[in-house]
Amino acid sequence: MTTPIAHGDGSGADGASAPLPPAFAQVVEDFQALAGRDRLQLLLEFADGLPDLPERYADHPELLEPVPECQTPIFLITEVDGEGEQAPMRLFFSAPPEAPTTRGFAGILAEGLEGLTVGEVLAVPADVTETLGLAEVVSPLRLRGMGAMLGRIKRQLGEKAGI
Amino acid sequence: MALPADPAPELQEYAHPEKLVTTDWLAEHLGEDGLVVVESDEDVLLYETGHIPGAVKIDWHLDLNDPVTRDYVDGEGFAQVMSRAGITADTTIVVYGDKSNWWAAYALWVFELFGHADVRLLDGGRALWEAEGRELTREAPSPAATEYPVLERDDSTARAFREDVLAFLGGQLVDVRSPQEYSGERLHMPDYPQEGAVRGGHIPGASSVPWAKAAREDGRFHRRADLESVYQKEQGLDPAEPVIAYCRIGERSSHSWFALKYLLGFEDVKNYDGSWTEWGNSVRVPVVTGTEPGEVPSA
Repeated sequence: MTTPIAHGDGSGADGASAPLPPAFAQVVEDFQALAGRDRLQLLLEFADGLPDLPERYADHPELLEPVPECQTPIFLITEVDGEGEQAPMRLFFSAPPEAPTTRGFAGILAEGLEGLTVGEVLAVPADVTETLGLAEVVSPLRLRGMGAMLGRIKRQLGEKAGI
Repeated sequence: MALPADPAPELQEYAHPEKLVTTDWLAEHLGEDGLVVVESDEDVLLYETGHIPGAVKIDWHLDLNDPVTRDYVDGEGFAQVMSRAGITADTTIVVYGDKSNWWAAYALWVFELFGHADVRLLDGGRALWEAEGRELTREAPSPAATEYPVLERDDSTARAFREDVLAFLGGQLVDVRSPQEYSGERLHMPDYPQEGAVRGGHIPGASSVPWAKAAREDGRFHRRADLESVYQKEQGLDPAEPVIAYCRIGERSSHSWFALKYLLGFEDVKNYDGSWTEWGNSVRVPVVTGTEPGEVPSA
């Protein structure tokens, strides 16, 4: 369970991609420090801690974008203040309590990306979801959903920030 | 020693009432020697959010599938899973789970491939237990490891492979996916990820009976008369003739397999677990699109 998780494409270009934002790096470190079963417990904490939607979205679910790549429906929306890479952004997620894995993925992204600018989120490597050591406890197939969420976040941010 | 069957009157109309237990029965027998309750869900974290007291978790993907070959674990792997769960060959197992027991039925089906003698489903699954306000706990049991025999999996009676289905064309095939998957409009369940089939449609001659036709709103199976009306009257399926059910990866069809075999008493029911993620990717197998079963090619 303590096998290091390979980053990137394994071509030996370790460290070539942009460093992770500090909050995300901390989340990765927390997961990596745990053995398999405890990683699942940490994921549960993220699921439990996913903030509720603010009222302006809770009353308007149609404003949220569905992520059909996740096994259970999750909805997300981004807010961008201004334009360009320096623009601050915020993320909001909605997933039902009976979908804790998906809620946990959302909780990780919410915490790991909080307070970043659009450009900083766009620079997060797409394979960051594989660095958490979750594939062996939730299965690679299920983990794909988190990558899809990150992809959709980046696409929304790019569009809204006019990049 | 197996536990006695649930005598609840509403179960007795089924062909094999001993394969189901009610939530009342389970609540009454929780903690008894010889009983192990197994939770098996689509969502791998759901058990951790709270489960029936004493229940152990067995995950279809992480525990029952071989991590390399697309197949189930072998006898040794299965013995290890059962041993960790505190199950012996004599244990009465009650399986329950989310999504109207899709994955619970799938686990039950795999347990039976290995010949485990007494496996039952909790009628209504996790949703009904919760809806009735019954106890859930986050406390995970730590069962003492048991000696479980290394059994050879029998793939000949309840499991069908692609070759079997090819040889079965013209027989009673039941496609339990959504109507849109059956017609070929979609390659995956509504709201679910595309899991990699390159062609859409169904196996020629297959009847379309979405899995949900076997389930009530609250997650329990339909009454026998309602099941008969769907499978036998509407679809004209003959309980004396063999049936093969399939879906996308074999989980929804395990639910229908259970209903046909144990609730309606069909004599020979197999689950084609390769299902559409195999058939829809196979070269030169016949596929029919649209809402009709279609022409069965002559051999």
